[in-house]
Amino acid sequence: MPTADPIVSAIVEKYRNNPTYVLQILREAQEALDWISPETVETVASGLKIPRTQVQSVLQFYSFLYDKPRGRYRLLFADNITDRMAGNIALFEHMLSRLKLKPGVVSSDGLVSVDLTSDTGMCDQGPALLANNRAIPRLTMRRIDEICDLVKAQAPLDEWPADLFRVDDNIRRRETLLTPIAPGVALDAAIARGRQGMLDEMKRSYLRGRGGAGFPVGTKWDGARNAPGAERYIVCNADEGEPGTFKDRVLLNSFSVRVLEGMAIAGYVCGATKGFIYLRGEYKHLQAKLQREIDEMRAGGRLGASIRGAAGFDFDIEIHMGAGGYICGEGTAMVNSLEGKPGRPRVRPPSMVQVGYLGKPTVVDNVESLAHATEIAVEGGSRFAKRGTRTSTGTKLISISGDCERPGVYEYQFGVTIGRILEDCGAKTVSAVQIGGASGVLLTPDEFSRRIAFEDVPTAGAFMVFGADRDIFEVARNFAHFFAHESCGFCTPCRVGTTIQRNIMDKIAEGRGSRYEVNELRRVVEFMKRTSHCGLGETAGNAVRDALNKFRPAFERRLHAKDFAPAIDLERALEPARRITGRDDAEAHLETEGS
Amino acid sequence: MAETTFTIDEQPIPFTPGQTILEAAKAAGIYIPHLCYHPEFKAHGGCKMCTVLVNGRTQTACTQKAAAGQEVDVDTPELNAMRRTLVQMLFIEGNHFCPGCEKSGACQLQALGYEYEMMSPHFVELFPERNIDASHPDVLIEFNRCVLCELCVRASRDIDHKDVFAIAGRGQDAKLIINSPTGKLGDSALAVTDRAVQVCPVGAIIVKRVGFATAPIGERLYDKNPISAEVESCEIPEAR
Repeated sequence: MPTADPIVSAIVEKYRNNPTYVLQILREAQEALDWISPETVETVASGLKIPRTQVQSVLQFYSFLYDKPRGRYRLLFADNITDRMAGNIALFEHMLSRLKLKPGVVSSDGLVSVDLTSDTGMCDQGPALLANNRAIPRLTMRRIDEICDLVKAQAPLDEWPADLFRVDDNIRRRETLLTPIAPGVALDAAIARGRQGMLDEMKRSYLRGRGGAGFPVGTKWDGARNAPGAERYIVCNADEGEPGTFKDRVLLNSFSVRVLEGMAIAGYVCGATKGFIYLRGEYKHLQAKLQREIDEMRAGGRLGASIRGAAGFDFDIEIHMGAGGYICGEGTAMVNSLEGKPGRPRVRPPSMVQVGYLGKPTVVDNVESLAHATEIAVEGGSRFAKRGTRTSTGTKLISISGDCERPGVYEYQFGVTIGRILEDCGAKTVSAVQIGGASGVLLTPDEFSRRIAFEDVPTAGAFMVFGADRDIFEVARNFAHFFAHESCGFCTPCRVGTTIQRNIMDKIAEGRGSRYEVNELRRVVEFMKRTSHCGLGETAGNAVRDALNKFRPAFERRLHAKDFAPAIDLERALEPARRITGRDDAEAHLETEGS
Repeated sequence: MAETTFTIDEQPIPFTPGQTILEAAKAAGIYIPHLCYHPEFKAHGGCKMCTVLVNGRTQTACTQKAAAGQEVDVDTPELNAMRRTLVQMLFIEGNHFCPGCEKSGACQLQALGYEYEMMSPHFVELFPERNIDASHPDVLIEFNRCVLCELCVRASRDIDHKDVFAIAGRGQDAKLIINSPTGKLGDSALAVTDRAVQVCPVGAIIVKRVGFATAPIGERLYDKNPISAEVESCEIPEAR
């Protein structure tokens, strides 16, 4: 038996040997030890009394956990399309060359590795990277040089200049949500209305879930409240992983009072005493600040037992960190992740409000939805419902990035037109806008009179602007890679379909595609939509579908002249043989340059 | 009672409350294809072979409860084409070479390929690089053939109480892993008599020395009858 590492054992004990915390334990162990060794796996498994395979399942599921050494400095460049447009690849290559590294390969002295990752929620201030999970936005060549110097000098991250880690809110337009409510005011208002009264106001407001699906929040709360059982949970979905979105980052940074009190109000209405904030790993920079606020709330009687003196209003909040996994934004996957499992979606029914976290009724609400609850507590549902449209009430935060003068967070009443938003953010000569992130829709100028609303263009808030010169094929290809990387692997159509889609897009990009591939893409997209287990697979082909429908020439000009080019590339097929024989001379290649 | 029926392809099917569509269909002698489902275990719902239309919406029959008045479509050209595509996806995702496989003729993936008239793999093969684990004295694991159905995971956890198997990794990196200090099957608690050894629907978990010593290929279970003939019992056939 390997000897238990005292550092790891201490972390396991800190979490009271509770297996639901395995992801948190692995995150902390990696922060201390730079990676998760087989010995760490053994120590965690035996400490938690779970099979080692359960620990390995979690370890291998999340992108930011490493089962092999990746260096003391682990630098990950965000690789969303907006980072691409802002030149992240040139910066990435500059860093690789300065540190004499290959992508994803740790330096021979074990000091550093540099690689790419999915969107990190910094599209308004990209290109961005994560240094050991800490965000560094606004990258320039000069910043890259500075980071390289710090790495070479082996400066501890805590001693890096604080300005490197500065994340701006970039709030450009405010209405009622981006307006502070003084601590305790919303709680008092909710208590004054009573549990049933507050629920009635929620229903009257017709607040719909801001994660994009638009389910009425009051109906969800009512379902949880009436579900059998004594224990209930509130989960704040702060895992905004949709490429192009970052509005929750701003709410959590500057309006956390509203988010946290919104959670408490949800607990009050539903009869839950415990809440979790599932915070995406990319937002680690917000963790300490949020924890301080939770502690202050507890000290000030706004969390804990008998909140604001109301007997029986007991509620507390815990932060649970994610570790890189887009799928964990799906409600049932998130609850699995909270339970210390891989973030795979569950089979529905039963719904979360019946059988959720640890089998108990659970409400999973978006950060923005919960923040809105405080507004409804204070002003009542009828006033709230006066804003927006009849079926999309209230305001919506939009995360704007890409080709515009003023990227950032904008708050609008539902019903605002795309054209108005583009005008406000200073977007000129726009060829298309991707709304709702990689899983959303691509709209062209003839559609800019359409409105942001559940009944027209629904969105969780991502709004990426593409200027006239942008190649929409590459936009779709970036998203195809994203989905192949983020598919959880649970169901056949998504696990295989996202890979097929990516491979076809790559074949077309190489100039080897034909009309056949274009038609095949359509079939695969439709297939994934119809047969996938969850929303990830259902929407994984949206970007490719829209690009095909609206930017056909971007595909056509890449197509091979013939009807079909075989998939096999003889030169590439020789690669395994070259690898096995250790040869790379001219004779080991099909044809040499110029022959 | 009249209210406890639903229809499959317009035919009335009785059910008892709590039964899934798949269970009720099976009891009525109607075949709904499946790969990751097994009556002994909690439904998984991942392979999607049992996808049917319930009142026009796609659902997995192994997880969806039967309800009075439901109209379920099972055997339609569109659904069967969809099942063929699923089988093709499973084929190209792994490395499946039926002529050399010990499970040929008793393999559910192969049988589903025949059932749904899969005449070619259609998609470009991914040819993943996967290993074989022959470290156990009696059992071989051929990871090239694993379809991630999790039946061995469930059997080892729920029946054998050994937790020998688990799925790790995401997307195309998803793979079966083994609970032992070395990650090798030979160092795990697995015994050849374990239920987990018997439930593999494909040729991924193979008992050594019996693969070709039983009925010859051509005279095995699905060589004699198509997989759709198997509605009475869902027992996973052994290769003999």
